[in-house]
Amino acid sequence: MHSVDPVFLLRQMLRARALEETAAQEYAAGRIAGFLHLYPGEEAVAAGVLSCAEPGDYIVSTYREHVHALLRGIPAAAIFAELLGKKTGVSGGMGGSMHLFDAERRFLGGYAIVGETFPIALGAGYAVAYRQLPEAVICFFGDGAVNQGTFHESLNMAALWRLPILFVCENNHYQIGTEIHRHSAVVEVYRRACAYNIPAERINGMDVLAVQQASEQALARIRAGDGPQFLELETYRYRGHSMADPGAYRPASEVQAYQRQDPIKELEGELSTQANCPAGDCVRQFQEQCCAAGHLNSERLQRLQDEIAEEMRIALAEAQAAAAPNLTKVQEVFQKNHRFEDFFGRGAA
Amino acid sequence: MTEMLYWQALNRALDEEMAQDEKVFLLGEDVGLYGGTYRVSEGLLAKYGEWRVRDTPISENSFTGLGVGAAMLGLRPVVEIMTINFALLALDALINMAAKIPFMSGGQFSMGLTVRMPSGVAKQLGAQHSQRLEHTLMNVPGLRILVPATPQDAYWQLRQAIRSDDPIIVLEHELLYFHKGEVATNATPLPIHAAVVRRPGRDLTCIAYSRMVEVALAAAEELAREGIEMEVIDLRSLSPIDWEPCIQSVGRTHRALVLEEDCRFAGAGAEIVATLQERCFYFLDRPIQRTAGLDLPTPFAAELEAATIPNVERTCRSARDLVKMSGAPL
Repeated sequence: MHSVDPVFLLRQMLRARALEETAAQEYAAGRIAGFLHLYPGEEAVAAGVLSCAEPGDYIVSTYREHVHALLRGIPAAAIFAELLGKKTGVSGGMGGSMHLFDAERRFLGGYAIVGETFPIALGAGYAVAYRQLPEAVICFFGDGAVNQGTFHESLNMAALWRLPILFVCENNHYQIGTEIHRHSAVVEVYRRACAYNIPAERINGMDVLAVQQASEQALARIRAGDGPQFLELETYRYRGHSMADPGAYRPASEVQAYQRQDPIKELEGELSTQANCPAGDCVRQFQEQCCAAGHLNSERLQRLQDEIAEEMRIALAEAQAAAAPNLTKVQEVFQKNHRFEDFFGRGAA
Repeated sequence: MTEMLYWQALNRALDEEMAQDEKVFLLGEDVGLYGGTYRVSEGLLAKYGEWRVRDTPISENSFTGLGVGAAMLGLRPVVEIMTINFALLALDALINMAAKIPFMSGGQFSMGLTVRMPSGVAKQLGAQHSQRLEHTLMNVPGLRILVPATPQDAYWQLRQAIRSDDPIIVLEHELLYFHKGEVATNATPLPIHAAVVRRPGRDLTCIAYSRMVEVALAAAEELAREGIEMEVIDLRSLSPIDWEPCIQSVGRTHRALVLEEDCRFAGAGAEIVATLQERCFYFLDRPIQRTAGLDLPTPFAAELEAATIPNVERTCRSARDLVKMSGAPL
């Protein structure tokens, strides 16, 4: 079992927030082009789930994957460089915001076609089971993805062959601008997994400790050979679907209501109070009092925030200074696998 | 040298690659217990077990995508799609995933994926089971497409495809599975994408692939009795295309006929003609001609179906016209 280190989780969430806010600034300044889908509001999901992943596990993600990549251990500089289209980007500038890949860290990519993460995870899970290794595959997707055929096709096969896959639904309640009650007949996403006999539960995705605990238990069951598991993590994104989204489809009051339960603020409160408060409702109350009274171990928090700001500043500067990829590099990447002439030990005609 | 049916050659290729490399596994609808609808994986489930010969549900996009994911982890999946018509349901896995991942990842992931499927027009299977979609796949950078016309090529090109680190689609032909031919399993194979001259001839060059190679050879036989010598080139691969043998041949004959089962409009032949005219314009005595499938969904009735795809007679007629026209004003 992992020991839960709330400071580590808080740190990861703060890094996640800082990464995305930095990216937003770069986009606003016109230095990042294309699509940019940001994660603020959903940090408890990535931090909680990925804190339970082993180095041998595989991660499959969506187009909103910068934070998954960061928390998997990909340096912020390599992520920024990819967003900026630089040679030193994690995908060599060939992928962009929606296609971060890192073979070494077993980060199998961000996918920009909704529903593609299922078959990729299915194949990775098949390969792990084929080799009889104790590894797991973590498959992220949103609530909008569960109406794609691949969701049903892949869950069926994953269950049929008991593949070691943790399906993680980041339910932020919106498929771009369509709220879940307008896109799904069954809005409790986790209930869909029962159609394939996959154990599933719904967790408050704004509560990093709850996410961490549920993920740890689910991964333990996978490693024990119990087959695929399913978590629905209810969360919310504070920003639009992408930077191009004005967000006219949802009331400002809804966004504000979720911002009041910002997962980062919740954790900060918990950290400051857990030492001197028993569990229960009083924790929440005391937490708010502490915040109001300024007892929130503010020095330590400030130091953490300064370190993270510095990390992002240096990473961004490094990425900005990097060279652009060139067409020779593009050709090289494209031709990399063309070694067919050597099959059966002979040269080209 | 052994005589084999086309399906037996494919079966032998799979068996040998599976025996040599534990990373090779098969998956698809009815590839296991049933042995494959065209018998291509017959006997392999018993020999290698269900993890290496996996019967799948009817979920083309996801089981093809499974192959993509497994290839990313270094396995060598061979996916069978029961017919090319069902591959339309797997185009996301083929085009958005398999063809893109090696590139989008900056070369970090290879894609040792082979996807086999029968294609072309068989006998009275109706419009939904009688399609030629090679043009759709040819337009996707990152995919490679093999079109073996003989048991010998079926055997070697499949083995080469399995060993390749790129995604390769092997388009077999429904009417070729029970054709017999010599297979030299100990010979040195041709390079995977090489085009070959199947029959030499001085008067015109016929460029064909897959089952149309047989039609071209039969037409060449008939034309020879009339004194017209038609050279026949078998492309063997539609992506990439080995242009050199084609260009050299047209340089000798000065006339070219492209024979394809694909529909004429924006079909495979359109690319072949376009490139040849760019590269052979000054050798040509006449415009390059196409003999192709009609631009129609394939009808069911036998006579109508036959009328929509090129045959020996149509090929001979096109060849005669090309030769006769020679020297005459357009």
